[in-house]
Amino acid sequence: MSGGGRRTGGNLDVPRIAAHYRTMCRVRAFEEAALRALDEGLMLGALHPSIGQEAVASGVCGTLRRDDLLLSTHRGHGHTLAKGADAEAMMRELFGRDGGCCGGKGGSMHIADFSVGMLGANGVVGANIEIAAGAAHALKLRGEDRIVGCLFGDGAVNRGPFLEGLNWASVYRLPVLFVCEDNGFAATTRTATLTGGPGVAARAESLGIAGVEVDGNDVQAVDAAARDQGEAVRAGAGPRLIVARTYRLTGHTGTDPAAYRPAEEVEQRWQDDPIRRCRELLLGAGEAEAELDAVRAAAEREMAAVYDAARAAPWPAEELAYADVQDVGDPRRRRA
Amino acid sequence: MARISYSEAARQAVAEEMRRDAGVWALGEDLGRGGVFGQYKGLQEEFGPERICDTPISEAGIMGAAVGAAMAGTRPIVEMRFSDFALCAVDELVNQAAKARYMFGGQIKVPMVVREPVGMWRSSAAQHSQSLEAWYAHVPGLVVAMPATPADSKLLLKAAIRCDDPVVFMEHKNFWGLEDEVGEMPDDDAALIAELGKARTARAGDDVTVVAWSGTVHAALEAAERLAGDGVSAEVIDLRTLWPWDRDAVFASVRRTGRLIVAHEAVATGGFGAEVAASVAEHLHRDLKAPVRRLGAPRIPISYAPPLEAEARVTAGRIAAAAQGLVEEPA
Repeated sequence: MSGGGRRTGGNLDVPRIAAHYRTMCRVRAFEEAALRALDEGLMLGALHPSIGQEAVASGVCGTLRRDDLLLSTHRGHGHTLAKGADAEAMMRELFGRDGGCCGGKGGSMHIADFSVGMLGANGVVGANIEIAAGAAHALKLRGEDRIVGCLFGDGAVNRGPFLEGLNWASVYRLPVLFVCEDNGFAATTRTATLTGGPGVAARAESLGIAGVEVDGNDVQAVDAAARDQGEAVRAGAGPRLIVARTYRLTGHTGTDPAAYRPAEEVEQRWQDDPIRRCRELLLGAGEAEAELDAVRAAAEREMAAVYDAARAAPWPAEELAYADVQDVGDPRRRRA
Repeated sequence: MARISYSEAARQAVAEEMRRDAGVWALGEDLGRGGVFGQYKGLQEEFGPERICDTPISEAGIMGAAVGAAMAGTRPIVEMRFSDFALCAVDELVNQAAKARYMFGGQIKVPMVVREPVGMWRSSAAQHSQSLEAWYAHVPGLVVAMPATPADSKLLLKAAIRCDDPVVFMEHKNFWGLEDEVGEMPDDDAALIAELGKARTARAGDDVTVVAWSGTVHAALEAAERLAGDGVSAEVIDLRTLWPWDRDAVFASVRRTGRLIVAHEAVATGGFGAEVAASVAEHLHRDLKAPVRRLGAPRIPISYAPPLEAEARVTAGRIAAAAQGLVEEPA
């Protein structure tokens, strides 16, 4: 391999990490715009920001193939964007407007874009794990080489679907890359205080699923783990698990002041901000500061435009409330 | 025409649909050995262990996996073994399967059939005997079918497999051995799917309409036979599907007879009979010659001991007595 025009900084694949940097900046800017919209009453319903967790979103979802499938969580904006969904359609969805990726019928917690294989965020913690296993089961039945990425939080590992879904994937050797996005909190309670045993990796291992643990704020590490494990899964090794340790820098929801954690803890965690770390990595590899600033500024401009477009979009037509319920027994055919 | 059992009819439906469409597969416990009631007998031999898939005892896993598999382009048939066990998978069915199409704005459909054996059968007691069809009829997004005959066991199951919606398919455990003539079925998608939502007049009559489904259809037919001996002509309508339910057929019958009994095996309180009764009361009160009657189980769990179990049963005797009462009601 000649290396051609490929820039490297030590063992750093600079273009690849720069692409992650761009994705992470876009996710951050999207979440900041969503929080602003919440303050202004434009964002409706519950908002679960992923600020601080962007390296997991980009490192995992940016590494999947576009035709791979992805199942996400209630904190799923970053995953969805990183998988390639259209930001404006997503913001319109958050605003409940016409042209939203789910037609304004799902909102933040049900964000989905099937055109890029993103099969949905989920309002029920852990429910996506079994669905991911089933989607992978279908891929295996058809002999496809696509895989399924399944992100879940540390809170999900105490729910039944974690056991049932992981066992399922293990027994049938299904192509699922499970990723536990461990931000330390199950809603607003520290997960460690409510979780027995030595942790999620050990639980997965007991079901025959090998796992690796990574610093989830180091996008290079997440990317490498996702590539290695994803390749193994695609090659037929059966399911694998990545445990990515990260931290949710905002509250559980957009309105949660997160007063249950000391300010010093949060302040210290901001030093570990994955975007900042990625930036330092790129600067160390010789990337120009101005170029990185420009990437950040472009992401902010993009999301500001997306925000304005979503705000200007009309509400969905009222009759759509009756659409897409079901074919047989369609409520549009018999309004009681 | 061939004389086959309710169980064999369902087995044929699955086999025919699996031969026709490589995307159809079944998953559930003990399917390889034919299923707990023999309703999958021989299918694994024909279709292999991938498409007749033995699963762990993992109802939530089975249902959730089916949701994912349906979203990824296959048409799973879920076997729940006993409908009571499907309660372990309510999130997967109600929050996921029934909602995905709507909450994702029509980006995806979830074509899956959930087979749930229901009803009182051989002293099975409180956790193996329930009829909870009203719960599912209450949930937007679901279709609910309850065949009462071998012909419907086959026809409605084929329709359910072709249908793009999640279908809760409730089979009465008492009927597995029930035999009847089963004729040719339509093979056209639209013609098959149109059967979901069509009631069947199981017996024509003029004095009183008895609407029933699943297990109670046979009790209603027996009641109608007894009533005929007493000079009362009862019409028995087998609803076949609860969502959608055939309002037109029920209304047309009640307009003629002026009297309605709704009889079901489920608990009467909050049962689907209440929906039928209320609809008739709202729209046909001028046609009614007597108050609408609902017959269902008292609000008690189902017992083990036969004399206690019998307290929950809607019998031909109860239906006939109710019909006599309505006919004798002063107009």
